Amino acid sequence: MVDTSAPLLEMRNISKDFFGNQVLTDVSFSLHKGEILGLVGENGAGKSTLMNILFGMDVIQLTGGYEGEMLVDGKIVDYTSSFDAIADGIGMVHQEFSLLPDFTVAENILLNREPEKYSFISEVFGERLNSLDRNSMNEKSKKAIGKLGVAINSSMLVGRMPVGHKQFTEIARELSKESTRILVLDEPTAVLTEQEASILLSAVRSLANEGIAIIFISHRLQEIIDVCDTVLIMRDGKIVKNEKAQDLTIAQIARWMVGREVTHHADRRSFDYEHSSVMLSIKNLWVDMPGETVRNVSLDVHKGEIIGIGGLAGQGKLGIPNGAMGLFTAGGSITFEGKEIALNEPRRFLDAGMAFVSEDRRGVGLLLDESLDWNISFAAMQVNDKFLKKYLNGMLMWRDEKQIQAVAQQYIDALEIKCTSYRQKAKELSGGNQQKICLAKAFALTPKLLFVSEPTRGIDIGAKSLVLQALRDYNEKSGTTIVMISSELEELRAICDRIAIVTDGRISGILPAETPSEDFGLLMVSKRGNTEEKPA
Amino acid sequence: MTKIKQFIHSFGWPRIIIGLFLLSLFIIAPFVGINVSTSLSDTIVRFGMNGIMVLAMVPMIHSGCGLNFGLPLGIIAGLLGGTLSIEFNFVGNVSFLMAILLSTPFAVILGWGYGKLLNRVKGSEMMIATYVGFSSVAFMCIMWLLLPYNHPSMVWGYAGTGLRTTISTEGYYWHVLSNFLKFGIGDHFTFPTGMILFFALIAFLMWAFLHTKKGTAMTAVGSNPVFARASGINIDKIRTLSVIMSTWLGAIGILVYQQSFGFIQLYMGPFYMALPAVSAILIGGASVNKATILNVVVGTLLFQGILTMTPSVMNSIIHTDMSEVIRIIVSNGMILYALTRKSEATR
Ligand SMILES: Nc1ncnc2c1ncn2[C@@H]1O[C@H](COP(=O)(O)OP(=O)(O)OP(=O)(O)O)[C@@H](O)[C@H]1O
Ligand SMILES: [Mg+2]
Repeated sequence: MVDTSAPLLEMRNISKDFFGNQVLTDVSFSLHKGEILGLVGENGAGKSTLMNILFGMDVIQLTGGYEGEMLVDGKIVDYTSSFDAIADGIGMVHQEFSLLPDFTVAENILLNREPEKYSFISEVFGERLNSLDRNSMNEKSKKAIGKLGVAINSSMLVGRMPVGHKQFTEIARELSKESTRILVLDEPTAVLTEQEASILLSAVRSLANEGIAIIFISHRLQEIIDVCDTVLIMRDGKIVKNEKAQDLTIAQIARWMVGREVTHHADRRSFDYEHSSVMLSIKNLWVDMPGETVRNVSLDVHKGEIIGIGGLAGQGKLGIPNGAMGLFTAGGSITFEGKEIALNEPRRFLDAGMAFVSEDRRGVGLLLDESLDWNISFAAMQVNDKFLKKYLNGMLMWRDEKQIQAVAQQYIDALEIKCTSYRQKAKELSGGNQQKICLAKAFALTPKLLFVSEPTRGIDIGAKSLVLQALRDYNEKSGTTIVMISSELEELRAICDRIAIVTDGRISGILPAETPSEDFGLLMVSKRGNTEEKPA
Repeated sequence: MTKIKQFIHSFGWPRIIIGLFLLSLFIIAPFVGINVSTSLSDTIVRFGMNGIMVLAMVPMIHSGCGLNFGLPLGIIAGLLGGTLSIEFNFVGNVSFLMAILLSTPFAVILGWGYGKLLNRVKGSEMMIATYVGFSSVAFMCIMWLLLPYNHPSMVWGYAGTGLRTTISTEGYYWHVLSNFLKFGIGDHFTFPTGMILFFALIAFLMWAFLHTKKGTAMTAVGSNPVFARASGINIDKIRTLSVIMSTWLGAIGILVYQQSFGFIQLYMGPFYMALPAVSAILIGGASVNKATILNVVVGTLLFQGILTMTPSVMNSIIHTDMSEVIRIIVSNGMILYALTRKSEATR
């Protein structure tokens, strides 16, 4: 029900640079009541920056403001802080979480219902909340979460939740606001499985039917086509296309985004894992990871294979690598190359020659305030004594800046990481490029076995095949065994040799990657418990 | 133009404004009858006296323990070293060296315990650090009376026991650094070469440490402890190490201060040392989890410069001796200002 009268939001000739680095040039578009506008573009194209301008984020002011003008309801606005934007009925789900980790789900959802109090995020809030009726708060937040059709305990502390649930909480927060006229969703589905994403999409549709205008950013182009009315395609900070969604195809959008034909995923291969020795043997693993509890997992990983671990969010697939590495309390046993590895001690895991790319890139994966070369080299320096000059028989180990920079540059080139230089701070990169830094960090460790969790989350369609190909190459050239955990079944099927599906903290089955998707779908919803590995 | 903008951005407006203010004080000075050479000389001496205590903030900031409001603990280690060195009758250069050596085990042990404590209160380190500072000073107020010191130049004359509130370092390590290679220009300017060199040496060692594998780990722990843990770092160990380093630097810092000042100040003396050091490093542009050696140098110069210049210039303008009052107002004003900066830097 797109309204064709005066636009609710209009952005005119918006330009923005970060100290000389031009990020947006002359961006103009308009948005009507009830319209769902899809915003797509490569990593670093400037999508989040554009939305930050709309939402009056501090980072824009602090880096010198922007050029151009914004009109809401025909009036020129210039938000100097997010509070102004919220007061004007603009809501935003950030690409990165903006929840308060020490507050519960209910508190997080409802604190922001009263935008004028938003600025007093501090102890003050503790007292204010005490005077609130906790029961009604829980009721309301339950209702908001209910709209999304997921089960989240509303009295749980946000800091202890897995990323997927954080994302739902954040979306619930925005859904629960009544004053919102314009809702910005920056990659809301990136952390969700396809099923969950479709729940979200229908929620988005119904909001639009209520008259809310929505800007929807995603790298999952099918979603964009399915849910949006109009699609804006950005490339290098400019709008290259503004089209009706209904006539578009993924290939078309991808071509406009990237400026060239996008090649397909890596070819499927046949790898005879049964004749290669068992490298890693996980026995009766349990992991106490909030929201991703692993109850009893036993799994053998063979040398040289790429094994996928899939399953719905909250079923425990993310708990497996997190527990194996020791980031969350775990029990059971792990044997790597014949040696038992002590659990709950990340150092043992790393020293054995394993590495883990976490799904929580900002929390675990990056030193946001440090430069890219540090981010890439740090783990390898500490674990493998790489990138160090040694004096006095190794008593004095001096950072070798030259090598550090060289290795950073090498990965920046290889993974096509978009940045001004290796000196740029990690927090200044776009989400997708941050993800690539996390991969580079793990590659620099030259592990024998690599766990990667959601490696393509937030990565654009062009970079996605690049990253998957990089993983495959890495596996083939340096013989690294890879355990890949992903919510996207299709990407698992694209590069893995076999795929284990986790349901309710147990492995419900392992099938070869060429098995049809429906069979995996059945495994995901089954509650068969820990069936033994079936040779497929 | 972008170059200038970038410079301002990285150097920061507060420092530029304070720097310009200090410069203007130096320009006004001759017109109100103040000798610029003397002022300059005073500023440099104060810089040398306080520099290492400001440097003591660096390790804990890097490891994420925040600002070391518990600096008095390190200072107490230094006081123990200094008084023991005198008690054992060491004189001259040797007494300074022995003061450092004797204070080291205290600094290490106290720092270790203090570090363990801070590891248990992650998230509210600075508040606990402040209490540690307070209570250690209070505890030592009793101990200075009870400890069996009996060197005649240190104990109360009439009782024969209990240390005096101020003890002269003359004949022991008074000016051992300041006089080393010192030179003068004109009648009013003297440069305490040895003291500045000593600061430079310690600052260099700190800088070098931050370039080693351990030092890099320390910075990462402060920057994102979860990242560091996932890279195989034992966070608690690194944090404890940083607290020990900070405490030791506090000990060395107070000894350098005393050799220039001429007195050991016991009892409430250490109490007043933490805030100026904290303020200086914040004014120098450090934040609660980022600090460089440059922040230390710039901050100490600006803080001590303003502290030297404002009272004397104001005094000469209003022609009454208010220097002590003005000094207190200025120093507390700057502390207050710096602490408000602190919250800004954490955002
Ligand atoms: N605070 C900042 N300082 C400097 N540069 C920045 C900052 N924030 C973003 N950039 C740069 O602006 C460009 C656009 O970033 P933006 O986050 O808008 O990309 P994006 O389109 O959202 O990408 P993604 O799909 O990966 O999230 C990037 O090149 C990034 O490095
Ligand atoms: Mg983005």
